[in-house]
Amino acid sequence: MTVIGVMALQGAFAEHQTALARLGVDTVQLRKAADLTQPLDGIVLPGGESTVMGKLMNDLGMMAPLQKRVRYGLPVLGTCAGLILLADKVDGGPGPWLSTMPIAVRRNAYGRQLGSFSAEAAFTGRQIPMEFIRAPYIEQVGPGTKELATVNGHTVAAEYGNQLAVAFHPELTDDPTVYRHFLAKVDRTV
Amino acid sequence: MTDSEKDRYRLNKELAQMLKGGVIMDVTTPAQAKIAEDAGACAVMALERIPADIRAAGGVARMSDPQMIRGIQDAVSIPVMAKVRIGHFVEAQILQAIDIDYIDESEVLTPADDVYHIDKTKFKVPFVCGAKDLGEALRRIAEGASMIRTKGEPGTGDVVQAVSHMRAVNDGIRRLVSQTEDELYESAKQLQVPLDLVRYVHVNGRLPVVNFAAGGIATPADAALMMQLGAEGVFVGSGIFKSGDPAKRAAAIVKAVTAYNDPKILAEVSAGLGPAMVGISADEIKTLMAERGQ
Repeated sequence: MTVIGVMALQGAFAEHQTALARLGVDTVQLRKAADLTQPLDGIVLPGGESTVMGKLMNDLGMMAPLQKRVRYGLPVLGTCAGLILLADKVDGGPGPWLSTMPIAVRRNAYGRQLGSFSAEAAFTGRQIPMEFIRAPYIEQVGPGTKELATVNGHTVAAEYGNQLAVAFHPELTDDPTVYRHFLAKVDRTV
Repeated sequence: MTDSEKDRYRLNKELAQMLKGGVIMDVTTPAQAKIAEDAGACAVMALERIPADIRAAGGVARMSDPQMIRGIQDAVSIPVMAKVRIGHFVEAQILQAIDIDYIDESEVLTPADDVYHIDKTKFKVPFVCGAKDLGEALRRIAEGASMIRTKGEPGTGDVVQAVSHMRAVNDGIRRLVSQTEDELYESAKQLQVPLDLVRYVHVNGRLPVVNFAAGGIATPADAALMMQLGAEGVFVGSGIFKSGDPAKRAAAIVKAVTAYNDPKILAEVSAGLGPAMVGISADEIKTLMAERGQ
């Protein structure tokens, strides 16, 4: 049975749990360092404020153990703030945090809330709805990183081995495409 | 609503979802905003004076100077909210023009209209509004609010009103959930709210928008209390910058909201914070801000 750990320090983690439950996947909330020692098949870093989650991960002693597990190949999905947590270069605010993924991201890349928008675009060749909430985008990808989606000329999804990062919110729409892509990584690892 | 208005309202409710599990802190200067961001605030509320000072000074409390708000916007990377007087739609137009992330149509400021709230459906920018019970919450949502908070009693450091407002909203929700379909019409009439919102609560057992706690939260334990009572996050106003060590207290309240169910962590973060704001008991005060705007 697959179990996905959802980082539950701040933000829209419950929405990820609901979306994964719809696909028949069990989840557990990760709230403290001890929660990272249990067997997990994958991890989700949700949307929220990257500054809040990054600080709490540091203060609660979760940063180093999580970094280690991701580097050792644990599949991880980062959405919006989660993408920022994974990036090794962050423009427009504090960071980087986990730094496990060779991508440069720009925070609040579309401006403030009045710049938030919905779009429909191809993700791995399939048209899906995308919600961008004070979203970042990916300015540059490093070697070995594959771009998976582009909106208005900017990269909004990428993968690097076990790591999948998207600038939008699959947990806020009914479309399971991003989760299926992530769960395929999980299946390959298990 | 047109399709683009519907999209905008959904995106605005979704921003509130991203703030869940977080603490929104009142700040009056860019320096305080930076302290709040560094302490782990998920957003800041820019205002001229914090509620305790508004209460002490008396007089008319209004929207803040846009120049001051811009200074705060430049100082931090997290969302910046600001308050307008109840019913003052021009103050709201001004805040929208300076690209604010969220407007709080707030009873903390002196009301500009003693009958009507702002028609929030006419704005692109999102609004959060205070509520003492389910009827107020749903009336504000019907007017276009995309986030709700308890009113509590701002500027007191006394959590009793926030607790009673949160309990009242939850009690109202439980009543609607337990009702039969044909009883919902009468409830809509009594609550003075549209039937579709009553139906939404009946089916889903929750408000259609995110619901935070606010008004009188002064300690990590207060914040965790509100979370255990069902708040999805908290606003802290005077409690931080009226205390002995604001940076430390702010960081402690952030951790308490994340670990609200973990008494061991709550004990750790509650220790050695220095003096809390002195506060004033909510039943000793003359101006009940919570009574502004029904």
